[in-house]
Amino acid sequence: MKTFRADLHIHTCLSPCADILMSPRSIAAAARRKDLDVVGICDHNSAENAAAVAEAAGRLGIRALPGLEVTSREEVHILALFDELESALSLQEHVYAALPGENNEEIFGLQVVASADDEVLGTSGRFLAGATVLSLADVIGAVHDLRGLAVASHVDREGFGIIGQLGFIPADLPLDALEISRRLTFQEGRAAFGRTRPLITGSDAHFLEEIGLAATCFQLEAATVREIGLALRGLGERLVLS
Amino acid sequence: MNLKDLADRLALNVLQPVGNFDAAVTGGYTGDLLSDVMGNAKERSIWITCQTHENIVAVARLKNLAGIILVNGRKPEDPTLGKARDEGVIILGTPESAFAITGAVAGLFGRK
Repeated sequence: MKTFRADLHIHTCLSPCADILMSPRSIAAAARRKDLDVVGICDHNSAENAAAVAEAAGRLGIRALPGLEVTSREEVHILALFDELESALSLQEHVYAALPGENNEEIFGLQVVASADDEVLGTSGRFLAGATVLSLADVIGAVHDLRGLAVASHVDREGFGIIGQLGFIPADLPLDALEISRRLTFQEGRAAFGRTRPLITGSDAHFLEEIGLAATCFQLEAATVREIGLALRGLGERLVLS
Repeated sequence: MNLKDLADRLALNVLQPVGNFDAAVTGGYTGDLLSDVMGNAKERSIWITCQTHENIVAVARLKNLAGIILVNGRKPEDPTLGKARDEGVIILGTPESAFAITGAVAGLFGRK
């Protein structure tokens, strides 16, 4: 069993609100500087840069898990993390079919699709900053159907956090974990939110210097979503350490 | 004013009728962030929102609100409808925007 330091909530230059410098190679280099073993690539409503970051990070010995940060119809953000790129792309297809509108670059920002060598491959015209018409239950169900983990993003933040939007977390919602933002320490987060569900923290990095500002340490056999799922449930000696 | 008068005068659609239409309505509150509504809505208010998630029923009960108006022609989700029926929380609807219906409700309470 090994300890893995993971920042599971990182945006790339595909997210309109993220810095243009959040390119695959730069993200990988920053992750190495911050001693991260695992990163989660979770752009708003898209996984189009996940493969490129995975390749760039892999060259540096860092595992980049493909994911999305989906916006539900309640305007709640849900992190979806997968072992397989195909699963992330399947969810992306489901999300795209439920995501109305087009991006306005002047208002929301550029949405750059990049290669593992930081070449610009194009831009996305979809309204990635928007909300899908999928309910929270639909989103979580779709993630689980694809054997992914569904984590409520930044539960301590009013905007787009589940508690801010919905007042409280519905008891029967099958979330795998709650993410606290880097504004709280793990101890503070556990005291405030960690009583009923597993807790992780992530940087929600939109700029390179934010990568790794919050990270969760896991005790796992390997850096996979399946193993992280075991750790969240405290099974088979897999653990969330801090 | 009771809930029935308010629904009649604003020509609201009744989306979930089980509950107390005779209950007094003493004001209104408009908001889509449920945490804000929990913090600031006053009891016996009519709540104007676009949120249709089932948690709106719990918030209405918790704050003892007179009822809920869903705006822009929105319909409650099925779990919301079921919970509202069980809990006796009346849900009304309007094709109007939150701005327009908030103005109309405020007008009923003498604020123009």
